[in-house]
Amino acid sequence: MTRALRPLAIAAALACAAAALTACSDGGDRADTVTLVTHDSFVISKPVQRAFERATGLELRILRSGDAGAALNQAILTKDRPLGDAFFGVDTTLLSRALEADLFAPYRPADAASIPSDLVIDRTGRLTSVDYGDVCVNYDVAHFAEGEERALPSTLEDLAEPRFAQLLVVENPATSSTGLAFMLASIARFGDRWLDWWSDLRDGGVKVVEGWEQAYNVEFSGSAGKGRYPLVVSYATSPPAEVIYADPRPTTAPTGNLDRTCFRQVETVGVLRNAEHPGAARRLIDFMLTERFQADVPLGMFVYPVRPGTPVPAEFTRYAGRPAEPFTVAPAEIARNRDRWIEQWTATVLR
Amino acid sequence: MRITRGLALGAAAAFLVLFLVWPVATILGRGLWSDGRPDLAAIGDTLGRPGIPRIIAFTFVQAAVSTVVTVALGLPGAYVLSRYRFRGRALLAAALTVPFVLPTVVVGTAFLALLGPGGPLAALGLVGTLPAILLAHACLNYAVVVRTVGSRWAHLDHHAADAARTLGASRWRTWWRVTLPALRPALVASTMIVFLFSFTSFGVILILGGPRTATIETEIHRVTVQSLDLRTAAVLSIIQMVAVGGAVLAGAALARDAGPAPRWRPRDLDALAVTGSRRFVLAGVLALTAALVGAPLVVLVQRSFATGSGPGLAWYRALGSIGGTGLAETPARALANSLTFAVVATVIAVAVGGAIASGVVARGRPNRTARLLDRAAVLPLGISAVTIGFGYLITLDAPPLALRSSWWIIPIAQALVAIPFVVRTTVPMLRSVDPRLRDAVATLGAPPSRVWRAVDLPALRSALATAAAFAFAISLGEFGATVFIVRPETTTLPVAIFRMLGRPGAANRGTAWAAAAVLMVVTTLAMLAVDRTTTRVRRTR
Repeated sequence: MTRALRPLAIAAALACAAAALTACSDGGDRADTVTLVTHDSFVISKPVQRAFERATGLELRILRSGDAGAALNQAILTKDRPLGDAFFGVDTTLLSRALEADLFAPYRPADAASIPSDLVIDRTGRLTSVDYGDVCVNYDVAHFAEGEERALPSTLEDLAEPRFAQLLVVENPATSSTGLAFMLASIARFGDRWLDWWSDLRDGGVKVVEGWEQAYNVEFSGSAGKGRYPLVVSYATSPPAEVIYADPRPTTAPTGNLDRTCFRQVETVGVLRNAEHPGAARRLIDFMLTERFQADVPLGMFVYPVRPGTPVPAEFTRYAGRPAEPFTVAPAEIARNRDRWIEQWTATVLR
Repeated sequence: MRITRGLALGAAAAFLVLFLVWPVATILGRGLWSDGRPDLAAIGDTLGRPGIPRIIAFTFVQAAVSTVVTVALGLPGAYVLSRYRFRGRALLAAALTVPFVLPTVVVGTAFLALLGPGGPLAALGLVGTLPAILLAHACLNYAVVVRTVGSRWAHLDHHAADAARTLGASRWRTWWRVTLPALRPALVASTMIVFLFSFTSFGVILILGGPRTATIETEIHRVTVQSLDLRTAAVLSIIQMVAVGGAVLAGAALARDAGPAPRWRPRDLDALAVTGSRRFVLAGVLALTAALVGAPLVVLVQRSFATGSGPGLAWYRALGSIGGTGLAETPARALANSLTFAVVATVIAVAVGGAIASGVVARGRPNRTARLLDRAAVLPLGISAVTIGFGYLITLDAPPLALRSSWWIIPIAQALVAIPFVVRTTVPMLRSVDPRLRDAVATLGAPPSRVWRAVDLPALRSALATAAAFAFAISLGEFGATVFIVRPETTTLPVAIFRMLGRPGAANRGTAWAAAAVLMVVTTLAMLAVDRTTTRVRRTR
């Protein structure tokens, strides 16, 4: 019996030796690379990435680690020995957590002065706004086009009315950043009475799912899943995405958004404290404010560039309603109340 | 000999300490250690939080019911596959294993397509309820029962059952008193594995469950990843580990009462021809397998060909390009990564798991370290993937173990998940070698090397081939831990599929379906190849 296992012993020893030998090869430490830690939704097109690498002589590595909240939490957990040099993806709902964790080193690029002040969310000189987008209720155009019975809701108040019952699918704010943004929209709109509005929604049969993917791709009737619900909490730019990604491309968007139901999210980038290449990180941040990068943002991440005058694709202007007055909540207030709000929401809507 | 075994065991123990105990202990310590003292108040605080007791209770209930359903559905399959001789048996064995090795995210989504809005079974309204979760768990774990129990059943000596029948025992009594006890170790092992899988299930519950079906595992993930509440996560992790440890101990106790192991015999010595009423049994099993395993996979394949302009190969062509996927590599490259990592992970898992199994089965008094290792090897199943992933991030971050950004960490994490299966499938098969057989060969004058080749090797080879097949498949489909440690250039196909499913647009979704279908085919071929190899080993004896 023991002889039978000798090859195993050798293999085990070899495996351990091999693991030990490669132990020193922590990749990405070379001086001519810059590592951007970010979330799964971050996109940079190849030509733009090459433009950066040519201009700076740096190789850009991108580490995606989950959604924005997950990526930030991993960055906080590893802040003594960060996984990279810069971090992109701290948004309005996460800003205070990032600042409290003292994750970022001060840096303010020269071009930051041109960013409109309503898009600047960090006033401590650490995080630079790069893009913004809105979480809005989307509707299925075909559903609301049939017959006069089907008037389109337009405000948050409308959504709670009995005539719009059983139509809306939302994401759980405990598990989805989209759901969290929509919950914050309701808090911004209704203040202390926000839970009353949610209990009206619950009585009207609002459908709650765990994440955006299930809400939009499965339950929503206006997208590929052909689900049952003609209203969904998604993004202001989802309608142009429906057109751009469709094959063949339709001439009109199959969905639209209710531009009075939106919550504004601004996304920022910063230099990680303890970064190995802080200088390279600063050059990357400078690049993210150039027109070259900013013009790449709409079709990559389906958000709007912060740099004034950056051209936006025609589909965006044609199919994405731009909310004039999106709801906002101060980041400090979100950080202070977030967990309590989520527990209250859960108690009201799910139990 | 003793030194070799000691070395192998030592290496295995070092591996588990380095890549399991240390990272997990560190992350738990962050949550439960404050001001140099253990923070015992955390336990009360966590249990007192609204919703937590309900989550714990629901986890136990769904795991128990999932296990009962899976074992009940799996036993007929195990019987037919191990005892009947029929055409296409190898194909059936490989096909029913496919869901087990697919990323749970893909299987969950396939069930959603089947049961959810617009699906053929939408009228049942099962999504978000316990039955949908049970069905998916049964589909995923069907293979565990069929293959583990079936592999023992095939090698059973049926003379005992025949003798009982000759002595007048009824069919039922023979099954209850003779066959079932002989199957018991495999039955206990597979029951335990299904329970642990259902208990710690993540992807399926996230997709098919709803906001009201949170389990300990999904809650650990939520509080860790979304809230960075390591304190609550640590308490929940410990509750999960205690539950898993309890299940392992209960399993070990049940297996110990099983009496002497039956003698190992080559399979198929007395396989049954499918005639008479056996046709109905076979038809029933085939129908069950088709409904449970086939239906969701057919929906998956159908969607991979459904392009905007009718059926076509557009999504398959997209596998070779990056397109709008947001990935750094093409899905085709991710598949190559997956295959490479799976091979390395299999070697590691078979080496470490085999060393542990050898120590456990060593002749004479069972070694205490070995027994401890045997138990410990199952623990990765009870530890949340997010705990392992986050543990790696904060421990393996400095030389000499700066593995966090090296590709080695991926097969290592995948091997950890596979090791329990290697140990669990190898130990019973090694135990069943009759020492007298060895003595007989030696008495006939064979030198020790010949004894080993004639007696141990066939049993070991068959055990390790099965173990390696499972390890390979598990590594190929592993998602939970991998997603935290992959780097852009080391993305695996399951992670790529998950990322594509999370991005907008029909093209990304279609490409994800095509990638899942490709993964499914590759997995099936791998399982078929392994089955072929083991069959050839048997034939050449």
